[in-house]
Amino acid sequence: MIKDALATDAPADPVDPATAGPPLVVAHDVHKRFGHLEVLRGIDLEVRAGEVVVLLGPSGSGKSTFLRCINHLEQIDAGSIHVGGRLIGYRRSGSRVHHLRPREVTRQRRDIGMVFQHFNLFPHLTVLSNVMEAPVGVLRTPKAEARETALALLERVGLSDKASAYPRQLSGGQQQRVAIARALAMRPELMLFDEPTSALDPELVGEVLATMRDLARDGLTMLVVTHEIGFAKEVADRVVFMDGGRVLESGTPREVLDHPTHERTRAFLGRFL
Amino acid sequence: MATAHSPTTTTTTKATQSAQEDTAAAPDTVPAVDVAGAAPVRHPLRWLSVLVLAVLAAQLGHFLVTNPNFEWSTVGGYFGAQVIGEGIATTIELTVVAMLIGIVGGVLVAVGRMSENRVLSAVCGAYVWFFRGIPVLVQLVFWYNLSALLPRISFGVPFGPEFIGGQTNSLITPLLAAILGLGLNEAAYMAEIVRGGLLGVDQGQTEAAAALGMGRARILRRVVLPQAMRFIVPPTGSQVINMMKATSLVSVIALADLLYTVQSIYNRTFETIPLLIVACLWYLVMTSVLYVGQSFIERYYARGATRNAPQGFWDFAFFRRRAAPFPAARERSTPSTPEKETR
Repeated sequence: MIKDALATDAPADPVDPATAGPPLVVAHDVHKRFGHLEVLRGIDLEVRAGEVVVLLGPSGSGKSTFLRCINHLEQIDAGSIHVGGRLIGYRRSGSRVHHLRPREVTRQRRDIGMVFQHFNLFPHLTVLSNVMEAPVGVLRTPKAEARETALALLERVGLSDKASAYPRQLSGGQQQRVAIARALAMRPELMLFDEPTSALDPELVGEVLATMRDLARDGLTMLVVTHEIGFAKEVADRVVFMDGGRVLESGTPREVLDHPTHERTRAFLGRFL
Repeated sequence: MATAHSPTTTTTTKATQSAQEDTAAAPDTVPAVDVAGAAPVRHPLRWLSVLVLAVLAAQLGHFLVTNPNFEWSTVGGYFGAQVIGEGIATTIELTVVAMLIGIVGGVLVAVGRMSENRVLSAVCGAYVWFFRGIPVLVQLVFWYNLSALLPRISFGVPFGPEFIGGQTNSLITPLLAAILGLGLNEAAYMAEIVRGGLLGVDQGQTEAAAALGMGRARILRRVVLPQAMRFIVPPTGSQVINMMKATSLVSVIALADLLYTVQSIYNRTFETIPLLIVACLWYLVMTSVLYVGQSFIERYYARGATRNAPQGFWDFAFFRRRAAPFPAARERSTPSTPEKETR
């Protein structure tokens, strides 16, 4: 919303690093192991405020794991992740680094929204209650105010008529849009999308991508794991290609998608032609 | 009903059979058949079983009415008696209190067992093992005789000064022994039911709530437990009904519940059978009420679990039903039957 004016000037143009905001996400040499399997082998990535970054790569390349590390749903084994200048999951005092208490981790997650592949809406709550739950319960927003915000967000994702429905009464695309509204209700400074359209029927993918395109236009900082090359081409400021737990290349959609330098990238993109 | 209809149905089926044979000669066309109003399949064995059951029921009725040992007038006399009412009150009180201890304790033990703290988890596991492993009747007698093991009970600093204390004999009344025995035993069973329910909730729910910045206690209370309730409520309902019946065990520690009350009367008057029937009838009344209550609660916690629009509390409290799914199909079947008969 802050970037509104900027965004209307040049909606689809890649953000020039010189004019873009300060780095909101800074990942440095991130490593993650599951048992003996090393899933992330030193990820370096910066996301500037207002930027839309799409993570591409074959399954098993560590994209989703990396995304889940950013809000500490997974704990990293080495390296560091900063969001908004705060070290995620850890605290530095002098030369030592300590784990954060669960309460402090919870605190950090407030400013990072996340949208999941399987929506994960709360099935026992109505759509409106799903969106209101965290603002009321976590931020202590007065109910009337939270309700107003929630209804405005539902209108924004085009579902104001479904406020009193239960999630299972909605289509997958509608559920995912509610999930987006639920995450936005916390007014996050960063939104993580973990394969938001992979569980949807092909004809429902469009409505979710349209909602996301809308958010990108409003200047929301977004980190998106997806297989929708078209979305990446059209909306992303930057595309990052990952394979085998490493970033292979990164650049504007034109650079990475149309003129990939890496053999692996070319092979991966070849499957979508 | 079936015997009256059978001659007409056989003739119609014969007619349709011959009609089908005629049309079978022309393979290009499909015969014009309307299955609406088709004759139902008959079940002669069902009618035989109904007949057998009717005879048995008549025998039972005859036995109930003609056997003088039932002393139905005595049953009627005691059914509404005040002593019986006091026994019922004790039974209900015991059921409610023991179940409350069971549910609260069960949730605590289940959460403890699923804790990341290995020691706490092991202790909670041991609790379940211990209290499920000993018959509840033995536990009741043990609590009742606690004073023999532990003459004095006191609270204070461990190995230090005590703040409050008293003789076990005066502290552990039959009522308290019964509540402890039944409640702690129930907590072990409830812990397993609650744990099963918590494990039944998708991990993605916890993750989504955590990603929204909700703390662990809040996630449990607002997201996981309400969904686990759908798995927890049905078996808990059975547990309440079992508990109500299990309270009759406390008669062995001389607590005046429903069973003990009727026992103490028939020990004096020797009207054993009529008084046991009074107890049976009251147990049936109470369990029936619980069955009805259980179905209300189950429907409440099923909200959002199906694609159908959920019903509000008052809708199902008054058994208000939604419209039948295919009303059109039912309307069609009625006008098509006379058409078939004219054929």
